[in-house]
Amino acid sequence: MLLTILALVPFVGGLVVWFLRGATSRYVGIGVALATFALSVVVAAQHLGGANLSEHHLWIKAFGAYYALGLDGMGLLMVLLTTVLVPVVLLAEPADETGRWGAHVKVALVLILESLSLYVFLATDVLLFYLFFEATLIPMYFLIAGWGGAKRAKAAVKFLLFSLAGGLVMLFSVIGVGVSYASQGAPSYLLEDLAKLNVTPSVEMLLFIGFFVAFAVKAPMVPVHTWLPDTAEQATPGTSTLLVGILDKIGTFGMIRFCLGLFPDASRLATPVIVVLALISILYGALAAIGQKNLLRLVAFTSVSHFGFMVLGIFALTTQSISGSIFYMLNHGFSTAALFLVVGYLAKRRGSVQISDFGGVFGKAPVLAGLLLLGGLASLSLPGMGSFVGEFLVLAGTWSRYPVIAAIAATGMVLAALYILIMYQRTMTGPVTEQTEKHITTDASWLERLAVAPVIVLLLLTGFFPKPVLDQTDQTAKQTMTTMNISDPVPAAGKEGK
Amino acid sequence: MNPSYYVILAAILFTIGIVGFLVRKNALVVFMSVELMLNSCNLLFVTFSRVWGNLAGQAMSFFVMVVAAAEVVVGLSIIVMIYRARRSASVDNASLLKF
Amino acid sequence: MTLLEGLTPVAPTGLFTVAWLMIAIPLLSAGLLLVLGKMTNSFGHYVATLAPIASFAIAAVLFADLLGRPEAQRTVDASLYTWVKTGSWTIDVGFLIDPLSILFALLITGVGSLIHVYSIGYMAHDPGRRRFFAYLNLFIAAMLTLVLADNYAVLFVGWEGVGLASYLLISFWQHKPTAATAGKKAFVVNRVGDLGLTMAIFTMLAMFGSSSFTAVNEGAQHLTPTWATLLGLLLLLGACGKSAQVPLQSWLLDAMEGPTPVSALIHAATMVTAGVYLVVRSHAVYAETPAASLAVAIVGTVTLLAGAWIGTSKDDIKKVLAGSTMSQIGYMMLAAGIGPVAYPFAIFHLLTHGFFKANMFLGAGSVMHGMHDDVNMRHYGALAKPMKITYYTFLMGYLAIIGTPFFSGFYSKDSIIEAAWEKQPVLGALALIAAGITAFYMTRLMIMTFWSRERWQEGVHPHESPAVMWVPLVLLAIPSVVAGMVMNSWIGGWLAPAVGGEVPEHASWVPTITPVGLVTLAVVIAGVAVSYLVFGRKAIPAEVPYTRNILTIAGRHDLYGDAFNEAVFMAPGQALTKAVVAIDEGVVDGAVRGSGTLTVGLGAGLRTLQNGYVRSYGLTMIVGVIIVGLALVIGRLV
Repeated sequence: MLLTILALVPFVGGLVVWFLRGATSRYVGIGVALATFALSVVVAAQHLGGANLSEHHLWIKAFGAYYALGLDGMGLLMVLLTTVLVPVVLLAEPADETGRWGAHVKVALVLILESLSLYVFLATDVLLFYLFFEATLIPMYFLIAGWGGAKRAKAAVKFLLFSLAGGLVMLFSVIGVGVSYASQGAPSYLLEDLAKLNVTPSVEMLLFIGFFVAFAVKAPMVPVHTWLPDTAEQATPGTSTLLVGILDKIGTFGMIRFCLGLFPDASRLATPVIVVLALISILYGALAAIGQKNLLRLVAFTSVSHFGFMVLGIFALTTQSISGSIFYMLNHGFSTAALFLVVGYLAKRRGSVQISDFGGVFGKAPVLAGLLLLGGLASLSLPGMGSFVGEFLVLAGTWSRYPVIAAIAATGMVLAALYILIMYQRTMTGPVTEQTEKHITTDASWLERLAVAPVIVLLLLTGFFPKPVLDQTDQTAKQTMTTMNISDPVPAAGKEGK
Repeated sequence: MNPSYYVILAAILFTIGIVGFLVRKNALVVFMSVELMLNSCNLLFVTFSRVWGNLAGQAMSFFVMVVAAAEVVVGLSIIVMIYRARRSASVDNASLLKF
Repeated sequence: MTLLEGLTPVAPTGLFTVAWLMIAIPLLSAGLLLVLGKMTNSFGHYVATLAPIASFAIAAVLFADLLGRPEAQRTVDASLYTWVKTGSWTIDVGFLIDPLSILFALLITGVGSLIHVYSIGYMAHDPGRRRFFAYLNLFIAAMLTLVLADNYAVLFVGWEGVGLASYLLISFWQHKPTAATAGKKAFVVNRVGDLGLTMAIFTMLAMFGSSSFTAVNEGAQHLTPTWATLLGLLLLLGACGKSAQVPLQSWLLDAMEGPTPVSALIHAATMVTAGVYLVVRSHAVYAETPAASLAVAIVGTVTLLAGAWIGTSKDDIKKVLAGSTMSQIGYMMLAAGIGPVAYPFAIFHLLTHGFFKANMFLGAGSVMHGMHDDVNMRHYGALAKPMKITYYTFLMGYLAIIGTPFFSGFYSKDSIIEAAWEKQPVLGALALIAAGITAFYMTRLMIMTFWSRERWQEGVHPHESPAVMWVPLVLLAIPSVVAGMVMNSWIGGWLAPAVGGEVPEHASWVPTITPVGLVTLAVVIAGVAVSYLVFGRKAIPAEVPYTRNILTIAGRHDLYGDAFNEAVFMAPGQALTKAVVAIDEGVVDGAVRGSGTLTVGLGAGLRTLQNGYVRSYGLTMIVGVIIVGLALVIGRLV
């Protein structure tokens, strides 16, 4: 029951907030989000204490669909990521009455989105997962379309069409999986049952591709990434945080849970192609980020690059790289949140997110500049930040199987330093420009600092003490390796001799 | 008794209905053509019910009649409204429902 | 005693269990100063200065403890907690206190403390003083992590940490675009080097399943020659980035944009020598691969010549010293490339260089302090009189760096040249020539700054710096003079077990007279003499004189390192970036928008069918029915 309660609290809260007005709605919203966070901590404690929280009810008998929820290491981390980011976003963004609907609607939509995302991470039934996978698009569509830049409606449609197209391809595979399984016995959509699915290699490959395409759109991989920069540019930074921090994680989450979990043989076969695609994403995203003139687009492209690292880690198929990839998923959420939110603070003051509109901000608002630098350092994976551990493990794990690929991917680290530091230099350093003097009149307020603080503290904590988190990622990684029936490369120069 | 006469009659009635539907402009005539087609189908229902010795076909023809009657009520009132609004019952004049 | 015995660490006892405090104290202090912000403006710099002093106290006690131990007990591994554990890999945060790392810890905290004290005076009127001290503390913590780590992964944390601190401090005066650019450049070039180090760590994890020094030392013997060479070269790439060795040297000269104490601490005494530490620490790998060792020696030799060359033609006092730093680190790398015999010499020179170069940099800072932050030596001259203490302390550094007998640099540098001469005569000869060039450019610096006629700009009244600045100078001048004599007889034996070297037979403070030593001395004297003949006899022009000397022109342009990077990396990189952005917007997103346009066009075409005429719909229906009917009939027939 606990998991259902966890997932439903923000939903009910969202409905309540819908009928509130003014500042109350925001306070109640933050309260609900914090309560959800508290609840997720309870869930985590129970789960780590060994309690079995999974739920299991028959939903549609003819299809073998169940209302089945459960937690594993990766799921737990994603749940926590969600419940942390939502209150942070609600805190960081002031009540926004400039949108198409009232500010209370936005808060309500965010909470409903949280609920649906939690369901996505908790579902252990493929049909249930698919249902919520698609359902998350609804609040997200309205969040993008309702608040943000002038061309937001267009961006929202682009986002929706990309996601729907991916989702449609996935639906074929979902149906295919169900039908194939039903032909072998009693129909079931439960993950544990489908793992036993036995189909011919070509069918398995088709089903795999269906899932992978949908997840590749979600975790924006080149070349199906172009919706992300447009969306991030038009949506509010808070919405972008939720989008990139949580929703896009469904992509990589799904690759591990469904692609690797359900189709081990097809995954192994597809590995070379996907690894190369991931490599392209890493370099392409980084290079494109260097060339951006708009802060929000820049952050979006850094994410394309980072997602490339995650996918690379997943399909390098070693315990370390998968574990590192999950770890990176968590920390990428934090680091992008920091970047997006601070850019949001800047945009609020300056009324623009063009890099050329800033300059010398450090001279006027050192704390803002410092926060941006911290977010940037996390994004370029500085040791001491959690993102470093993730990237390091992804690359090290990949190296143990494909040294050349890992070496090429590692150049992404240099490019990361370039895109962050060039951006920082152009916006924050140098003499205070006239425009900066005029617009950037206040440094970060206490509320703004308070909103970003948890994210940065978590980045540092997971950077210096990653082991508790790695225990969780390792659990999923090892389980995946077992399912795939694959083992880590053995150290070549052990004590046995040359 | 040869059922083919009935089938041929029904086909003739249906064709008249189609042609009337396509060539006439007056909404009332078009409407009557549609009724003619419906009734040609009824005739077939009854015929085949008889041929197979199964009453389901006859029952179905009653259904069709009831539906047709309901449809006439709605359709006629729409035509009347259109006539009142435009002083014309030509179907070609009511061509605003397009892109 | 074999190599491995000395390396088997013993468990920590007593104070060794809290060795991590050395790092934690400055880190905590940095965190406090940054988080509490303005609240600590009035006293922050005192807190920050006490932090490295406390660390120094701990290091000193540990050092004394190690001194009293038998040789086999001198390697202590204090493991703190498990950092990363995944699959079969376990990486602990652990600190290795051994003869090598403790020397570094002493150097970092000792020189670091002095520079903190000096900065109290130097940065007294800077509005960002608190931030400056916080960054300095951050640097001390990171640098200690680098040298105390017991495995490469934790070393890398410190490695990038010092890179961050260096970035923050170089661009400390970020309102100057040059400073901001220099900081960025330093970080990015360092990252290129870091790439080498990370890949070396990946190789270790893949090959040995661990990155701890112990495991790597043991496993290195089992590496295939190819992997050993590759590993050696990757580590060298890392070392090149951090230690500003050719081809990754270009950032160091620009790094002089930072405040002078930073140049003294980070870009002379400690951080830039990390590459030497890395190579020496990885001695077991280099023992397996003569090729990579030779590469290290060649890189060192090229750099020591390049640095000296640049030093001869710069007018900016800090850039001359920076070139000199490159050159001296080149010597250390050369020593590190020669092999176990010379490892102690590399570290020896690193220590003496740390003293005399920090001394000279701080002296340069003191001169700038008196000259309104002017760094152009052509505006100096005759400063020996108004700045007596600065002058005499600087003189000690000068005598040490050129290798005056009995001064510290003499012992360490001559040992390197001799060892090089024995193992790699060509490199040895080049190193010997560079010793002459060193004497040449340092004499030039002395002439232009302290001797010759005064060429002060208007309104400049040179004066001696306050005591808080000259006391550190004096304290650094002392080891610049005596460190060589004190350590010469001792350091070889002390370091031998930690660096896999052999205990030298005999060494004392009395220098052994060898032919190479005599030649070196002669070359040095020649360098001084030539410099005097060129610069000392006539007045120094206050403007940069026109020259057709290709060597000077190249030196003034940093040997075209920037031009090379610009042409080979930056220009193609920028073109590539532009291309990717254009492709993304044109081709990739173009395809997306194209498919959108296509769909819209298709819709526009099809909607004309929706003409509003009921009868045309009816006809369409009938045609459709007929087609379906025909299809059925034909289907039946076929």
